[in-house]
Amino acid sequence: MVESADKQEPLVRIRGLRFSRGSRVIFDGVDIDIPRGKVTAIMGPSGTGKTTLLKLIGGQLRPSAGTIHVDGQDIHRLSNRDLYRLRMRMGMLFQSGALLTDISVFENVAYPLREHTDLTPSMLRKLVLLKLEAVGLRGARDLMPSELSGGMARRVALARAMVLDPMMIMYDEPFTGQDPISMGVLVELIRALNDASRISSIIVSHDVQETAAIADLIYVISNGKVIESGAPDAMMNSSSDWTRQFMQGLADGPVPFHYPAEELAADLLGSSC
Amino acid sequence: MIHNRTIEILVGAFMAAGLVAFFFLAMQVSNLSSSSNGDGYEVIARFDNIGSLKVRSPVTMAGVRIGRVSNISFDRKTYEAVVTLRVESQYNVLPEDSFAKIFTAGLLGEQYIGLDPGGSEKYLHEGSEISLTQSALVLEEIIGQFLFSKAEEGNKVE
Amino acid sequence: MLNSLARLGQVGIGILERLGRGHLLLLGICRGLPDLFPRPGLLTKQIYSVGVLSILIISVSGLFVGMVLGLQGYYILSQFGAEQTLGVMVAASLVRELGPVVAALLFAGRAGSALTAEIGLMKATEQLSGLEMMAVDPIRRVLTPRFFAGFISMPLLAALFSALGIIGGYFVGVGLLGVDDGAFWAQMQAKIDLHEDVFNGAIKSVVFGIVCTWIALFQGFDAIPTSEGVSRATTRTVVHSSLAVLGLDFILTALMFGD
Repeated sequence: MVESADKQEPLVRIRGLRFSRGSRVIFDGVDIDIPRGKVTAIMGPSGTGKTTLLKLIGGQLRPSAGTIHVDGQDIHRLSNRDLYRLRMRMGMLFQSGALLTDISVFENVAYPLREHTDLTPSMLRKLVLLKLEAVGLRGARDLMPSELSGGMARRVALARAMVLDPMMIMYDEPFTGQDPISMGVLVELIRALNDASRISSIIVSHDVQETAAIADLIYVISNGKVIESGAPDAMMNSSSDWTRQFMQGLADGPVPFHYPAEELAADLLGSSC
Repeated sequence: MIHNRTIEILVGAFMAAGLVAFFFLAMQVSNLSSSSNGDGYEVIARFDNIGSLKVRSPVTMAGVRIGRVSNISFDRKTYEAVVTLRVESQYNVLPEDSFAKIFTAGLLGEQYIGLDPGGSEKYLHEGSEISLTQSALVLEEIIGQFLFSKAEEGNKVE
Repeated sequence: MLNSLARLGQVGIGILERLGRGHLLLLGICRGLPDLFPRPGLLTKQIYSVGVLSILIISVSGLFVGMVLGLQGYYILSQFGAEQTLGVMVAASLVRELGPVVAALLFAGRAGSALTAEIGLMKATEQLSGLEMMAVDPIRRVLTPRFFAGFISMPLLAALFSALGIIGGYFVGVGLLGVDDGAFWAQMQAKIDLHEDVFNGAIKSVVFGIVCTWIALFQGFDAIPTSEGVSRATTRTVVHSSLAVLGLDFILTALMFGD
């Protein structure tokens, strides 16, 4: 476990987290600390339940054992009302953007404000336009979500996630399926937002290069356990074979290239009947 | 996306159309004005035979519907049918000695009660009883009587 | 043997679980009602998509069903010389049965399937999760207005269906086949009772509206969030709603008209 630089309590503290879906165990005793004001990346191969972890932190799923404290509050012990109050201070960027498809970009960003605040229309307009400006999409405010490219949709969703000025934003696979330009834009944005407003960021991703470029701290999880954690450079040259294979994207290593099967020769010869 | 105002207008038109349809069903189809329920007063009448009279059958006077049959029961002592008639409250000046008959609408139609006014100065009120009644004509009985009399005529001729 | 017994048990438990989830959802939906009053706009929008957009299919079908009833009824009744009672026959069958039932079946096909697909897609595209993370309860904000829109629209649509059907029957009977105008309406007014027929028909349509909308919303909300899952949920909505409407119709009819 890496000690966070400042001694203050971590924003998110996960202890002994267990979670299973049906008979499949997804997390089996995971401990994670997410420090305040930093960009923390949670990495791992596809199917390790990284998105599930975000949903657990957001209180959308219940763990079978273990605790998750967000800003000192045990999120699964909160009443519904307190949970919703806490969620107002958490932003989440979904993989698909999750924009509401029947209202415009402007209305999407304005949505949390309309739900949770009593701002005057002119205040609301200014705030929304400022947030859209921050993601560079002020000119796209009258478009419908279906008219946006994937990268633009994600940037609108980012503007929406931070419109209530949350203490943290969770990014679910922000880089997947993006062309290099929008990927670069997103990397810049995430880092800039984190530094400008001291928002803590949690990135869940398997895009090693981009994530390593902006993360302060990386956790690598696989098979329901935290394999290793540390700063990006340290992780790149990790002593663990597994981590090195993952971080450097080697084809073969502890994770074999081949799906388990009998010997090729035996298989070929045996099939001739 | 259609403008909010348009949606509001269309929804308003829809609800108005639905209510008009209800109104149409209530007034034009079921004739609301003649189906008052609840208010009015009840009188009873005893019949030897009510034929196929049913609860909710009409009660008429001079062919105008003035009420409905609200209950039918059987008197175990006198072996009579006790029919309760609910008469609408605006018809509150029916003479006490009115005559209640059971008629059939058409050859196969439903049966109803027709009241013939008497000459009394006193009027029927809640709980009073119509003592002059005439039972339903049962088709089989009439045909039987008719055949019987025909047969007798035939016997006489021979 | 034991295996098949266990499988039967699984199926039963699965059904019970779904029923339980469905009722909990209904409870959640109804709890959201107080939230609806400060925002009538949400309801208006849903009445538009659930009710207004169903008007066309409902009125055209109503008109044609009424016309067919007029035609068929005339041929049968004229054999007994009773074509004067055509109005009664058309009105009674529409107001008591066909209005609420056929309107509900069409409603399930038109509005119910659309609701399921919409909710299912919102789930598949993480919009519902997104709302939750924005601290907005998707049940209250998304499902409640749709449910009450269905609740309000269904009786209105059924009334429209019946009224247009009677007008259709009138056109065919009086206009084409020469039934006497006065007799058509007079017989109808004499025989159709406001409480017995019209109100009971309206109660039926309210029940059907609740059940159809509930099934549609539950299927959408409970759908597996993939394109296949949503398409299957949509099919289930139409099948389950139709079965529920026809089954409930029998029960309600037995209760109302069974004496």
